Amino acid sequence: MSRDARDVSVIFPTGMLGGGFPDETIERGIELGADAIAVDGGSTDSGPYYLGTGTAKTTDAAVEHDLHVLLTAAREADIPLIVTSCGTAGTNAGVDWVAGMVDAIAREEHLRFTLSTIFSEQHADAITAALAAGAVKPLPPAGPVDAQVLRSCEHIVGLMGFEPIADALAGGADVVLAGRATDTASVAALALPRGLPPGPTWHAAKTVECGGLCTTNPQSGGVLVDIDDAGFTVRPLDPNSACTPTSVAAHMLYENADPFRMREPSGTLDTSQAEYRAVDDKTVRVEGSRFEPAVQHTIKLEGSAIAGYETIALVGIRDPNILAQIDTWIEILDEILTDRVRALLGLDRAEYETQLTAYGHNAVLGGLDPDTATPREVGVLFKARARDQGTATAIAKIANPLLLHLPLRLETHLPSFAFATSPPEIERGAAYEFVLNHTIDVASPVELFRTETTKISHA
Amino acid sequence: MREARTLGDVADLVRSKNAGPFWVTFDIFFATDADYERVAAPGILERRSIADLYRVPPDDVRIFHLPSLRAIKISFPRPVTQGSFTDRDIHAGQQYIPLGQLPVQ
Repeated sequence: MSRDARDVSVIFPTGMLGGGFPDETIERGIELGADAIAVDGGSTDSGPYYLGTGTAKTTDAAVEHDLHVLLTAAREADIPLIVTSCGTAGTNAGVDWVAGMVDAIAREEHLRFTLSTIFSEQHADAITAALAAGAVKPLPPAGPVDAQVLRSCEHIVGLMGFEPIADALAGGADVVLAGRATDTASVAALALPRGLPPGPTWHAAKTVECGGLCTTNPQSGGVLVDIDDAGFTVRPLDPNSACTPTSVAAHMLYENADPFRMREPSGTLDTSQAEYRAVDDKTVRVEGSRFEPAVQHTIKLEGSAIAGYETIALVGIRDPNILAQIDTWIEILDEILTDRVRALLGLDRAEYETQLTAYGHNAVLGGLDPDTATPREVGVLFKARARDQGTATAIAKIANPLLLHLPLRLETHLPSFAFATSPPEIERGAAYEFVLNHTIDVASPVELFRTETTKISHA
Repeated sequence: MREARTLGDVADLVRSKNAGPFWVTFDIFFATDADYERVAAPGILERRSIADLYRVPPDDVRIFHLPSLRAIKISFPRPVTQGSFTDRDIHAGQQYIPLGQLPVQ
């Protein structure tokens, strides 16, 4: 296929920075003529802890490894490298964390380039002012938010679209490290400023955002996507993997509530008319995707707040007599515990939470579990959440003798069950919850985001 | 061969996952058009049957048919927000089990 000067070809090496990929897949993408490397560093998918604390799910060594390969390859080929949602949650600390690693690699490899960092954390006061002006709106199934909830957030991030990244590239950035962004923002930032059509661009970006997940062998490494005036073409970077029309089309289902429509800050991707066709046994061509521009530009907000402090304990039960009535044993334990906590700590049920989940029985599905057979062995996970750590641990210590010895019938001998650790109580620290599922109307797609550009020079 | 009786028997793959912290989504893929059509026919996967299975309001359940992919997708708001105190499955990756055991005859 002949290439137009406007066409763009992007390596998306893995679903998450730090997830790893075979080094040679990056070389292959560059040999095939890649114009840029883009990778995502985060997601909400691992839970509210990472946004609440501003820490990453991935370990330093894994992120450093991936960054080292990508940064040196991008600089050698003189093509841009874009990392979005740095540090899992895309907090300012996450951007700084990745920027520190980039600087260390540049020093080690004697690299010179222009670095832009884009920050997406929001101040609760500014969002509160927007709320008062009617600019903050719930997404289903959320209800309205109030100022108290906004102030309770440890961190609030806005999901940037392509525009702040495109501005950084237009300003001469060779490396862009972005805070929280939509999964598709990086690829769109490379394609849309070239005048490429938004339908194929956003669909291409969504297709590759998990790296090799749109291929027949998701463990094999990433993909190369080529976007042009009429559509896009995607192929795996590992010669032993393949993109098929089914593997590519099926990716629109992954982690999406709606398989045909995906909202971006600037509008909605509609893939209902997209056609997927095999170019060869590894490459897929997609045409017909459409994009409906939104009347109002919106930025999605994510916020995580401390919801209490937790202490847990794990006890194993193998006794078949107890296991035959494991639900009853849990109910009795919970009733006695409620009474003792009230008597000893003066706390009512509304002032703390406990949960007993029976792993090996129905911990994962609870009352929805269709299988009610008697389990062979169960691990009961006890969880207490209270207003402070000391109270949560005090509740767990009151539960301790019950978890260790509670008989089903008082006339029987006192059984002892199998604690997994000593002490059994494990303090989990603060527990976080996602408390925002809202958007904010903005006049400009870049107004909530702050960009810093510096020259890195370690020649 | 015994006649298949559950959705898990008929489908090639049944899976579940978060679609963001506030939604759960289920994908059902079929190996043949006949299998797809058998399950996509009216009366099998209805909002009511999904609502009963997962104890959620039927009006919250969204069902999408993708005949070209031989796939059916089901989404509804998570009854418990991801990572909140009583969440039993942070990624919602095991929630497909009751769906897979749904009778399809």
